[in-house]
Amino acid sequence: MARITAGIATSHVPAIGAAIDLGKTQDEYWKPIFDGYEFVKEWIKSNTPDVVILVYNDHASALMLDIVPTFAIGFADEFLPADEGWGRRPVPTVHNHSDLAAHVAEQLVIDEFDITIINEMDVDHGCTVPLSLVFGQPEEWPCKVIPLAVNVTQFPTPSGERCWKLGEAIRNAVKTFPEDLNVQIWGTGGMSHQLQGTRAGLINAEFDNRFLDLLAHEPEELTPMTRIEYLREAGTEGIELIMWLIMRAALGYGVEELHRFYRVPASNTAVGHVVYEARS
Amino acid sequence: MARTRLYSLEDLEDIPGTKVFTAKRSREAYHLHKFCMSLMKPENREAFKADERAYLDRYKMTEEQKQGVLARDLSRLIELGGNMYFLVKLASTDGWSAQKAVSSMSGMSAEEYAAMMREGGRSPEGLRSKKDQN
Repeated sequence: MARITAGIATSHVPAIGAAIDLGKTQDEYWKPIFDGYEFVKEWIKSNTPDVVILVYNDHASALMLDIVPTFAIGFADEFLPADEGWGRRPVPTVHNHSDLAAHVAEQLVIDEFDITIINEMDVDHGCTVPLSLVFGQPEEWPCKVIPLAVNVTQFPTPSGERCWKLGEAIRNAVKTFPEDLNVQIWGTGGMSHQLQGTRAGLINAEFDNRFLDLLAHEPEELTPMTRIEYLREAGTEGIELIMWLIMRAALGYGVEELHRFYRVPASNTAVGHVVYEARS
Repeated sequence: MARTRLYSLEDLEDIPGTKVFTAKRSREAYHLHKFCMSLMKPENREAFKADERAYLDRYKMTEEQKQGVLARDLSRLIELGGNMYFLVKLASTDGWSAQKAVSSMSGMSAEEYAAMMREGGRSPEGLRSKKDQN
């Protein structure tokens, strides 16, 4: 049987991807950020999963213009890195585990999550920056990746509560897949940041650290938080943090926090990162 | 059964210096955003750079939106319905960093903004709510 063994959360700032691609990770500005990922890069070597379900948001690269799905899952065999205005990132193509993706999609619909199926799309920095942060710069990504995109751009986004329930439904779906697979779930985006208006540059370290304090062992304190509270406290783009709730819920009741990292800033954004192991 | 509404749409206008990207704004900016996403292809970036006005005229954007693009006035484009995840394609086409693009809306120079970020960013104090002034 397939099982979700661990979860990773990380911000997915595009400038972090650029720093990796341009060989700037040891620069004075970037080094403290990349130092925060040394643990996961080492840990993943002995904990490489068969499949990552990678929860991210598309930044108006493949979605959000003509089609705006609240939740969408990638069905294609492969996904190329998107050209977001400065060429495609020089990173490997993402290969899907289409059978597990199909199974998860079917089970989610049965669980009343009417998820959108995507048979063709490119994946942007939301998906590829976390892969680079964890796996470095390999020729090929060392596992299959199922992209799961969440609308956090056009209001109303799904609620935190709804994201939590989606995570629970993903957990149940993976458990019923007959093949023996080691699956990880990654939640990406955040932490506090705002990319627009005169409030641009907002960072709320107190909010972010409380979120990190509660996510592992008291996530029920976080799920009732309303969308507008995320906007007020964490900035208009800080609402990406609802995707971390999907990751956490998919791990089940108990987790071990193996690693936690927080640093301000990367470009416009507060960087947060955790590694959790599922206990059951 | 009617659901309890958590807040009214007016509450979304209550955050200082912020335009929440709603369905209405999404519709207003559709053609502007179609232009922005066209810049994901190198040949379109070249065509835009070669003759910006002619390229913009291919899209059914409002004249105000076109002027906003020509002036690289991101604050104005946000007011006209735009969302940064689309607009950043324009900034990337110009070779701007995301930080430079964002700083252009912040009321400070790119250098001042970068310094503010290195010092821990903009505090949310006083910027959560217009009506509560907190």
